[in-house]
Amino acid sequence: MITATNLTKTYGVNTVLNIDSLEIPKGQSFGLVGNNGAGKTTLFSALLDLIKPTTGHIVNNQIQVDQSEAWKPFTAAFIDESFLIGYLTPEEYFYFIGELRGQNRADVNAHLAQFSDFFHGEILGQKKYLRDLSKGNQKKVGIVASFIGNPEVVILDEPFANLDPTTQIRLKGIIKELAAKENVTVLVSSHDLIHVTEVCERIVVLNKGEIVKDIATSEATLKELEQFFAGEELV
Amino acid sequence: MFKRLLNLQWKSFFRKASFQTELWIKILMGLGAFFVAIYLLGFGIGAYFFLDKANLGDPLRVVNKYLIYYWVIDLAFRYMLQKMPVANIKPMLYLPIKKSQIVNFTLGKTISSFFNWTHAFFFIPFSIILLMNDYPFLNVLGWHLGIMALIYANNFINILANNRDAVFYSFLAVFALLGAAQYYSWLDITLYTQPIFDAFYDLPWTAIIPWILTIGLYFAAFYYFLNRMYLDGGLAKKSVAVNTQEYDWLNRYGTLGTFLKNDIKLIRRNKRAKTAVLMSFLFLFYGLLFFTGGIEAYDNPFMKIFAGIFVTGGFMFGFGQYVPSWDSSYYPLMMSQNIQYKDYLNSKWYLVNIATVISTFLGIFYLYFGWEAYAAVLVGGVYNLGVNSYMVLWGGAYVKTPIDLTSNKKAFGDKQAFNAKTLLLTLPKLLLPIVVYTIGHFLVSPLIGYVLVALTGLLGFVFKEKAFKMIEGIYKKEKYKTLLAYKQK
Repeated sequence: MITATNLTKTYGVNTVLNIDSLEIPKGQSFGLVGNNGAGKTTLFSALLDLIKPTTGHIVNNQIQVDQSEAWKPFTAAFIDESFLIGYLTPEEYFYFIGELRGQNRADVNAHLAQFSDFFHGEILGQKKYLRDLSKGNQKKVGIVASFIGNPEVVILDEPFANLDPTTQIRLKGIIKELAAKENVTVLVSSHDLIHVTEVCERIVVLNKGEIVKDIATSEATLKELEQFFAGEELV
Repeated sequence: MFKRLLNLQWKSFFRKASFQTELWIKILMGLGAFFVAIYLLGFGIGAYFFLDKANLGDPLRVVNKYLIYYWVIDLAFRYMLQKMPVANIKPMLYLPIKKSQIVNFTLGKTISSFFNWTHAFFFIPFSIILLMNDYPFLNVLGWHLGIMALIYANNFINILANNRDAVFYSFLAVFALLGAAQYYSWLDITLYTQPIFDAFYDLPWTAIIPWILTIGLYFAAFYYFLNRMYLDGGLAKKSVAVNTQEYDWLNRYGTLGTFLKNDIKLIRRNKRAKTAVLMSFLFLFYGLLFFTGGIEAYDNPFMKIFAGIFVTGGFMFGFGQYVPSWDSSYYPLMMSQNIQYKDYLNSKWYLVNIATVISTFLGIFYLYFGWEAYAAVLVGGVYNLGVNSYMVLWGGAYVKTPIDLTSNKKAFGDKQAFNAKTLLLTLPKLLLPIVVYTIGHFLVSPLIGYVLVALTGLLGFVFKEKAFKMIEGIYKKEKYKTLLAYKQK
């Protein structure tokens, strides 16, 4: 589904991303972990053609992302608050995204109805603009909006950060459910090793832009990751 | 402690990410302030002699008579322009600094504001000239100090009145009415206010009263702030209850409708965008300078084409120039969503063109100045629709200034004005239609000149596909740079 080849990104003399090859098959739930500055967001941004790689390229479903825009209809993402339109109410924002993805208002409403638990009554009908919502609630809006229109690739950068415990647990359920669908590829980055091992079937560890671990998740994975990151700190 | 706070202020100014580029604007603003000061200085020196010559009576009394309006206008300017000093308080709240010190510092900072000391340029020379003309020293001093106190009173009134639009605008309306009343001699408010200002001169000790007032206002502002130094108090961001709006009638236009809906909301809900619309409305009257023959240099047919372009193109230049910066805060979304550049540009093109059509209709009052005046407006409009609509979108690709929608900062000018590419693009925007007109005007007749400009505009429509292809290419080429620039607020 997604392949990155010879991918590097350099700012001046700093190489922030250096991936020889990475392949993510269709339907996989893929977790990306790494310390700050490891290149997680850079990788996701390159995947969305928001930054131009210094060398190499990414192919998403046979479409090279910096050559054609044809990957956009089946790819959705929530990276940060720059994916939200501050002067819209949550409803307006959902309908806007829905219209761009060919969903009418009834479709969007049906979609939103599934998430009433997740929203916890704090999103819909609040008479507030997105810019006036709390960080956590903004995140909820962005995450749910990225599910609109049945995308085949969903990219979420740090979806668990800023969320309250209840919402984190619900989000895990939602991502698991999404990953269980055969044709949906989910890419998640996180600082929370427990969450990420729980929802992802494969975990890649980035360190200073390079892939240092590529693990198929098992019982032992959490321990392995914890050891790795603890060891890192000591060095 | 004050020294440390000052130090922070200093660093925040010089270490801002945008400092280097903004230095230009700061210098320009400095120049603007300089000219205001020079004007005031000129008035301060000249007022006495002018009033003396005009035989209106004692110049000091004449000044006193109108001082109330000076004072009110000062307050109005402050309310609209002077910034509130609350920024940067939040990170100090939990540090071991006494709250009263923070408040004193922020209030103290306003004392040195341009809005206060600029008045000295008028009052100091005026007072000196009074002394030179044998007005008694003590009396002039009393008058001078009294007025100074009132200026500072304005400073604190403005702080207390901050963001109470209803109060402020009704206050302003009352004074506008009073001004009109005076003009039509129904009621002369200065009869009641002049004695107050006269008193400072006649009985110098009364100047103490405004000082007491000002000090009182300082303490009022002090306690007002002190009691509101909480995150949910004075430091809270205001948010109003809003309703979801749908504009369903736009649905029939497909993707175009989706974007237009968004743009309408953008304009209606953001301070900065509203200012752009207001400015474009004002441009509608810009032509009056040209068509009334008020200014000689403007009174020729070529400048009338120039006026026609601006009268109908206010929105196009005020808003269109900044496409795509209006969407800067969520540009990554726009770039990764299921959006084709063509649709995006097309919706902006329709938006600026709809506004241009409306302006052209509203400009019909120029018929009052003869058919040629409206013909200039009309062909200017057609040229804007057909040619300039592409030009602004094209130029926008090079404008990489992120726009903070919620504040009016920089609404009146931007570093993009120094961008060589956008500057070059103004040539076809303004000069080309004038040249085209001139050719028609001299070779045949003014009428043919107008027709030629209109034809150039219509020709633009024919090339829409081609123009869009080219602009699209430029937007794509600039995409990564633009995204990066928008990130750096």
